[in-house]
Amino acid sequence: MGSLIPLHHLSPGSFGKVRKLTAQGNERRRMLDLGLIYDTKVESLRKSPSGDPVAYEIRGAVIALRSEEASQILVELLRTDR
Amino acid sequence: MGLTHQSTGLGAMKEMFQVQLNSSNDLVIALAGNPNTGKSTVFNTLTGLNQHTGNWPGKTVTNAQGKYTHKGNNYILVDLPGTYSLLANSIDEEVARDFICFGRPDATVVVTDATSLERNLNMVFQVMEITDNVVVCVNLLDEARRKNIHIDLEKLSKLLGVPVIGTNARVGVGLNELQDAVYSVASGEVKTNSIEIRYDEVVEDLLRMLEPNIRESIKDKIKSRWVALRLIEGDITILDTLKNYLGTDIREDNTVSAALTRVAQYLDKRQIGKDELRDRMVTRIIKFSEEIREKTVIFENQQYNQLDRKIDNILTSRFTGIPIMITLLGLVFWITIQGANYPSQALAMGLFWIEERLTDFFVWAGWPDWLYGALVLGMYRTLAWVVAVMLPPMAIFFPLFTILEDLGYLPRVAFNLDNFFKKACACGKQALTMCMGFGCNAAGVIACRIIDSPRERLIATITNNFVPCNGRFPTLIALAMIFIAGTAGKYQTLIAALAIVAIIVLGIVITLIVSRVLSQTILKGLPSSFTLELPPYRKPQVGRIILHSIYDRTLFVLARAAMVAAPAGLIIWILANFHIGGISLIQYGANILDPLAYYLGLDGFILMAFILGFPANEIVIPILIMTYLATGHMIELDNLEALRELFVSNGWTWLTAVCTMLFCLNHFPCGTTMLTIYKETQSKKWPLIAFFVPTITGMILCFVVAQTVRFLGLV
Repeated sequence: MGSLIPLHHLSPGSFGKVRKLTAQGNERRRMLDLGLIYDTKVESLRKSPSGDPVAYEIRGAVIALRSEEASQILVELLRTDR
Repeated sequence: MGLTHQSTGLGAMKEMFQVQLNSSNDLVIALAGNPNTGKSTVFNTLTGLNQHTGNWPGKTVTNAQGKYTHKGNNYILVDLPGTYSLLANSIDEEVARDFICFGRPDATVVVTDATSLERNLNMVFQVMEITDNVVVCVNLLDEARRKNIHIDLEKLSKLLGVPVIGTNARVGVGLNELQDAVYSVASGEVKTNSIEIRYDEVVEDLLRMLEPNIRESIKDKIKSRWVALRLIEGDITILDTLKNYLGTDIREDNTVSAALTRVAQYLDKRQIGKDELRDRMVTRIIKFSEEIREKTVIFENQQYNQLDRKIDNILTSRFTGIPIMITLLGLVFWITIQGANYPSQALAMGLFWIEERLTDFFVWAGWPDWLYGALVLGMYRTLAWVVAVMLPPMAIFFPLFTILEDLGYLPRVAFNLDNFFKKACACGKQALTMCMGFGCNAAGVIACRIIDSPRERLIATITNNFVPCNGRFPTLIALAMIFIAGTAGKYQTLIAALAIVAIIVLGIVITLIVSRVLSQTILKGLPSSFTLELPPYRKPQVGRIILHSIYDRTLFVLARAAMVAAPAGLIIWILANFHIGGISLIQYGANILDPLAYYLGLDGFILMAFILGFPANEIVIPILIMTYLATGHMIELDNLEALRELFVSNGWTWLTAVCTMLFCLNHFPCGTTMLTIYKETQSKKWPLIAFFVPTITGMILCFVVAQTVRFLGLV
């Protein structure tokens, strides 16, 4: 098992697996509703023109998250693509 | 079966959710689903123009209802807000949940997107926990086919235990079958056997402890398992909601409160917190969705969303994203301004032809002059003016805007600009409400509903007026042409266009600054969490768009404007025609305002025109002309040169023009917008703030510019 990095440190084009959510309460619930449960594969797609937010592919949907939110999602970097 | 609306009585349903039943035989159908699933297309296609929109009682959430008839039965379709969940995280979710649960619809249709079924199943399961009477509609089948995604609908139906109907609502495919399925479920002809989600041991343990007591307490009115789940996860608000709708407080039931204590003890002993418990529950639902998807969906082409990604690479890239966005919005404005010219003139001719007939009628009837003046020259003419100036640009702007919306481009705008808004402690979606404001600020204020955080929604509402609407563009364009580009010869149009762009950019900068100031003063707070879905691009349905944007937006805004403009016309006419000591009331007012106006680089008449233009911004220039010429009713000079001479002879300089443009951009919202802000915020405080914030901003700006220019001796 590799080390955990916050989701917004995942560089565009690479994949990560959700390991931990540090958010709590309503914010956590909203993340869960997006399908961000343990083991979910997430791809970082692209940064917006000014670098933040970043678009991710989560369970077939494209979702943009600000760094404040993404930093509360810890992922394990996946070395192999796809 | 539980309680249907027949047994609770027509009145209850009407009162709580404003569902208008014609007879007790009407079947009430709720339409639920995620955003971007084509839910509104299903709604529109089924109900046609037979719709009624309003607000949910006490909430600023749109409540859209429509009627349709299918095989001799009358149906009332209630379009619930599009949400990803029913856990009541937001007002939208609360409204949707309450209606499905307490509104007791005869059936609930959950519309899902075939291209991302897994994500949508989350909602399906949540609805099925509340009610058994569910029909799943798998929409956008054509998009799925295009992406080589195959769904085994029959198997899905078997697994879920409810009817599943595949549709392609934009062309009407599958809707007949959907209506049949809705009938069979709503009438009870088909008994659904909806699957129940089994949670992990801890949750099931807790359910066994709590559910029997709840079932005993609330009988069959609501699914006890669902209520128990909400209580287990610690959603206390559900108790109040239950009490509200059912009239019973289950907390007063001793066995229930005893069971709740046991639940708390159980959790304490195992040291399971609220968050962890919720994780367990959500994880189960999502895993279950994943399992169902694995059994029913085949992706023949793993690269199915490559095209969307390629488009996004261009439209949201670091280098081309923002330039393309500006070009597109510029194009929309250009088409609107150019395209509106001719129909505006035609409309004006038509309406003034009617005025002549009215004049003939008054003459024929022999009614007195003052009545003719007040009703025709005051009321009718102002109304005609507003219609002629407002209708064509809106009828062009709104459909164009809706096309961008339908394509899926607007979320990309929010994505591109979010960082600026984040720095202003606001929401990226504010960019979209501003775009809407270019058409009409009242429409922009309504659009603020898309912003989830109440604080950020208020910021967007208050600052919406800093983008010039269609009603103010004519003033800005005329002044830019006359005074800024006046001597530039053949480059006149170009320079005027650049001046307009500069004004718009200024408006955006002011929006960001004021948003920031508001976040640090009366609307203190940090930016809330921001999740924005970038849905797949879709082919827009041009025909439907034109029909609906004219029907929903244009006519709606126009009706509100007309309601304000007609009485205003009457008042303005009276002010212009009542004389005290030889001068009209308008002149009198202007004289009073003159000293203040001078400091702002304006004159009393200009300020007076803005004040009298409160009903609708487009009448500012006509009022100004009317007072300069002292004719007592509005006229329009048809060429800009004549207008320039009139203004210059009344002491205008380029500074006057600049200050008038600045004040045009930054002053109180029009009456329609104020009314809308009041309706949206349900308070008198926010419209007042929305009134003063731009007005004070404008006064400061005009004062600084005027005094600086004068001090430097530039005029």
